[in-house]
Formats: sequence, C-alpha cells, structure tokens
Amino acid sequence: MTVAISARGLTRRFGAVIAVDGIDLDVPRAQIYGFLGPNGSGKSTTIRMLCGLLVPTRGTVNVLGYEVPREAETVRRKLGYMTQRFSLWDDLTVTENLDFMCRIFGLDSATRRARMEDRIRDYDLVSHANQRAGTLSGGERQRLALAAATLHDPELLLLDEPTSAVDPQNRRDFWENLFALVARGTTILVSTHYMDEAERCHRLAILDHGRIAAEGEPKQLARDIDATVIEIEYADLTSVRRVLASVPAVRSVAQLGNRLHVLVHRDAAEPERELRALLAGPCADARVERVGATLEDVFVAATSLRRVAGAERAA
Amino acid sequence: MIWLERLLAIAAKEGRQLARDRVTFGMIIGVPVMQMLLFGYAINFDVRDVDAAVLDQSRTSLSRQLVGDLQATQVLHIVREAGSERELSELMQRGVARVGVVITADLERRLFEGDRPAVQLLVDGSQPSLENLAQGLSSMPVLQRAATRASGARSFEIRTEYNPSRRTAVQIVPALIGTILTMTMVIFTSGAIVRERERGNLELLITTPVTRGQLLAGKLLPYVIIGLVQTTLILGVGRILFGVPMVGSFLDLYLGALVFIAAALALGLFISTLAQTQFQAFQMAFVTMLPSILLSGFMFPFEGMPAFAQGLAQVLPLTHFNEIIRGITLRGATITDMYVPLLKLVIFLAVMLSLAAARFRKRLD
Repeated sequence: MTVAISARGLTRRFGAVIAVDGIDLDVPRAQIYGFLGPNGSGKSTTIRMLCGLLVPTRGTVNVLGYEVPREAETVRRKLGYMTQRFSLWDDLTVTENLDFMCRIFGLDSATRRARMEDRIRDYDLVSHANQRAGTLSGGERQRLALAAATLHDPELLLLDEPTSAVDPQNRRDFWENLFALVARGTTILVSTHYMDEAERCHRLAILDHGRIAAEGEPKQLARDIDATVIEIEYADLTSVRRVLASVPAVRSVAQLGNRLHVLVHRDAAEPERELRALLAGPCADARVERVGATLEDVFVAATSLRRVAGAERAA
Repeated sequence: MIWLERLLAIAAKEGRQLARDRVTFGMIIGVPVMQMLLFGYAINFDVRDVDAAVLDQSRTSLSRQLVGDLQATQVLHIVREAGSERELSELMQRGVARVGVVITADLERRLFEGDRPAVQLLVDGSQPSLENLAQGLSSMPVLQRAATRASGARSFEIRTEYNPSRRTAVQIVPALIGTILTMTMVIFTSGAIVRERERGNLELLITTPVTRGQLLAGKLLPYVIIGLVQTTLILGVGRILFGVPMVGSFLDLYLGALVFIAAALALGLFISTLAQTQFQAFQMAFVTMLPSILLSGFMFPFEGMPAFAQGLAQVLPLTHFNEIIRGITLRGATITDMYVPLLKLVIFLAVMLSLAAARFRKRLD
C-alpha cells in the first residue's frame, strides 16, 4: 500500500462554524506531507480528526488501512502525535517524560532503555537528561516532544505546527530530523504557516477556510500557478501601487523588499508589456519582468484569488 | 500485564508529580493534623464554667449546700447572688449570667413530697447547646442527691455506653477521619483530569493506547495510598492527644476506609470530568463539602433533621462512613456488622465510577 492517509469529504462543524469543509486527502507513505494555511484554516481540526480526537461531522477517514474513528485505538499504536502546544509534563525531567511515554506505549524494559538512549542522543538532549521539561528552551522542548512522539517507532507522525515556538536555526535542525525519519520509512504529516517549511515538503495542501485551495508538489504548484507573476523593481513603489490599483487584470500585489510581486490573471496575453506601458509615464525607469512563481505567490494565488473569484461569482 | 503496567505507569507519574508539588504535599499531611487539633480541642460539647446567678428564696442549710455542690461540679460558675426574681431576669438579659438557678422558698417540703420541682433552672436559649447543659444538669447527682436524701428514688437512670465519660473528642475524632478524607480526596482528585486538560497533557495522553480505565484508575491509585496514610495519621493523633479508643479491629477499619476513600475519589473524578477549569472543579468540590460536614451526622444527629435532609444525607458517602467508623472504633463492631452502610458506599462508588467513565471520552469533542 502506498497511501498512508486517505480522507473523502471530510467535514467538521463546531456549532454554526464549518471548520473543515469537505476535504479530500491522499497522503503517500514515507513522505513529508505539509498542510500550509493561516490560523483558523482548519489544519489542527483536520489533524485531530485524522487521529480520532474529533469525530468528523461527515466524510470518511482511513489511516494506515484502518477506519477512523472506529478503529482509532488500533491506529494509535502506530501513530505519533505532536500537539501544537507542548504537552509533556513540565514537572517531570526529560528522562522521566520519555520513560513514562515508553511505558504508556508498552515497551519492554530492554527496548525502553535502548530507545530512550537513542532518542536522547539523536535529539541532542544528553546534557538536559535530568532537567525538568518546564525549564527547557523552546527548541529543546520541541526536540523532546519529537523524541517522545517517536519512541514507539510510529509508522505515521502527525505534527501540528511543531516549529511555531522555535528559532530558525532550530527549525532547520528539526527538519533534518524529519528527513532522517522519512528515510527510515516514516510518513509525516506536518502543518505549518511558514513558507520555507512548506517548500521542504514532498507534497503540500494549501488550506484556506476549511478547504484545500491547492494541492501538489511545491515545484509543481509553482509551475501550475493560476496567475502570471510579474516582478516590478522601482524606487518609489507607492506610486507603482497607485497605478496598479486601476488595472483590472491585477489580482494581488505583495511587496518583497524593494520589489513588488504582482499576480495577474492568466488569460492576460502579455501582461508585462501592458504594465510596462502603463508605468512608462509616472514611473519611467521601473524594471518590469515576468518571473517564476514562489510558493508564497502560489499561496496568495490559491487563497486570495479564490476568494475574489468567489466574490465575483456571488455578485 | 501490559494493562497493569500502564496503569502503574500513570500512578507512578501522578505520585511523582504530587511529591514535587510541595504545597499539595504539605496539605496532605498538614490538613489532617491541623484539623485534628482544631476540631479535637475547639469543638467541645461538654460545656464548663457557665456563668450563673442564684436566687435562693429558701436560705436554709440545704439550699446553701445545693449551691455549693453546683459550684463544685464546675459546670456552673456562680457569679452573682440575685436578691429578687426581677434582678435575676435582668442579669440574664444583660448576659451577665447564662443560667439562673431559682431555689424555691419551700425547697425542703417540695423535695420531700417530690411532686413539684424544687429547683428551677432558667437557661439562655439564645446560646447554642446551653439547653443541653441544663438537661444534663437536671439529672446531675447534685440534685439527685438532694432528692434522694429526701424522697429516696430516682425515676430514670442514664448510662452512656461506649463513651462513658461523654467526652466529645471520642465522638468527633473517628468522624474526623471521614471529614478530612472527604476534603482532601474530593478536592485533589477533582482537579486531576481538569489540570491535565488545562495544561494540554490530556490531548497527548488520549492519542496513546492508554485506556480510559487505566487512566482513571492510575490517577486514583496514589490518592488511595494518601488516604490510608491520612487515616493512620488521624487515628494516631486521636489516640495520643485525645485518648480515643480503638475497640474494633484495625483490618476492619482499614477495609471500611478503603471503600470510603475509593467512593470519595470517584466523586472527585466525576467532578473532574464535568469541570472545564480547575477553578470550576474546586467550586464543585466545595459544594459537596458543606452538606457532607453538616448532614453526615458528624456534628448533628440525623434524628433531628427533617426527612428531606435525612434523604440527602443518605446520598453522601460520609454519612455511611461515619456510621461504619463509629461502629468499629467505638462500639467494637466488625465490618460484617456494618454491611448496610458498607453496601451503600459500594453502590455510591459504582455509580460515581460509571458516571465518570461515561463522561470521560478519549476525544476532544
């Protein structure tokens, strides 16, 4: 079997709010699959439904060949879950936390000793082994949480915004650890709101308002972007923006340093020429170029363009 | 065996956390000792040295002897000699005297004939438990002696079994075991699940293979041990400081205590599954506390309560435990003699555990 998780029409309501709205999902094995989306886009709710913590309002979930939530208990033996918030015990030491989790997963004492030693070494916790978790730094806590989530060698790891409280260096190290796990055959589903992290995933689903706005490999997503990306470089970007505001084909404008990334409707024939002509008067020496889309452009296109399109349809 | 190992892992973790929480740990030992001292010394139904005034209308050697005897009992402390009924009633109204003793002018004749009371006791009913005192005084040997000397016989003889010296501590201390256990057990466990929910630990725990039963039982186990330690502590202090006897068997006592501890813990656990925050849990625990203390027969006898309150008392585990504990420690009953209250405790335990288990799901919704 090559699919670790598959979901069809997955929906979850909280009262009147639809947190997850009929998503279909296929997560291949031994890959890192990313959920990219802003806060409130339904990432955590989806992950919680996948591990049986929340019952879907509608739809079906199959995890590692088991139906969830019906067979959630079986899945839980093969699953490692890292919650958004640090959820180990602050008043226990690193070793005590790991030992407790080993026992909960029913590892025998020889395995327990070996795994704990491994994880403490692999996740660089040797000097903190007898320190209480409450006194660890953000990066250390997160390494401890990952160590705890992998003690039982799970086939699937669900990581809910694992790096939100971690500095960039620690984030890079953390991703190295994830790739090491994938190399050993683990499937990882990770949610994030960082573009650089999303870019590292094998596959990616962009979530927006409880729906999947775009899905695929990051590179492919950039190639298939539903817009043309124009980069404009100019000293006074404010006046450029003023000009762009009157162009109907322009879908969104985002500033990156002294450049603007402009997303233009795909069907516009030669948008860079059109924009150059428009800017020739007010912003004479502006450099206008068609560029390849970044993941950020994909994200903006997938989330904001759809909203605009929806609004147009409604009107 | 993995089943048991998981349960023990949870219990060990809880115990370790408990041992590190100095405040809580201090309360486990401190609360029972403090309450023992407080209740044991302060609550005293044996009233002594009550200020009294005497109106002696007889003024004979017998009446003087009677006043002397009253004084000698130390129950009354005669502060004034009133000259008239009016003065006596004034003294009582001003609160100078709580009890007025009126000795009639024809004291000797009344004692001799025995058909009318010779001595009248006026009692300040605005003060609690003074009325009991007067009841007690009227059967006291001092008046009896005067009566006996004159007419020969007493109509009633009262003998207090199992607590011959009628010391309050003897009744209070065994009942304190249950009261203190209720306080610590219900309050501590009511926070047990909520705390982990608040701190986010629960979300992790419920995605592991640990079962509801392991989780709930594992959390209770350390508190069962704490409860037994507290029981021992209270019994020991009661013995050493207050000379409370232990007539029955220790094994029976601990068996009874074990069932009660489990019942109190189950109540706390149920509260823990209802509350969303630790503060709510604490409030709910507190709500169960006051009726337990007031209605369980710890302070006031059931017989005086209206049917509604008696019914409510039947639902409280403390009521049945007090019955058991007094039976075993003071009357020398065995645990099998106490099967009715014991069975009620077991039913309470079963109901609470089922409710807690039904409320607690390994889910977030």
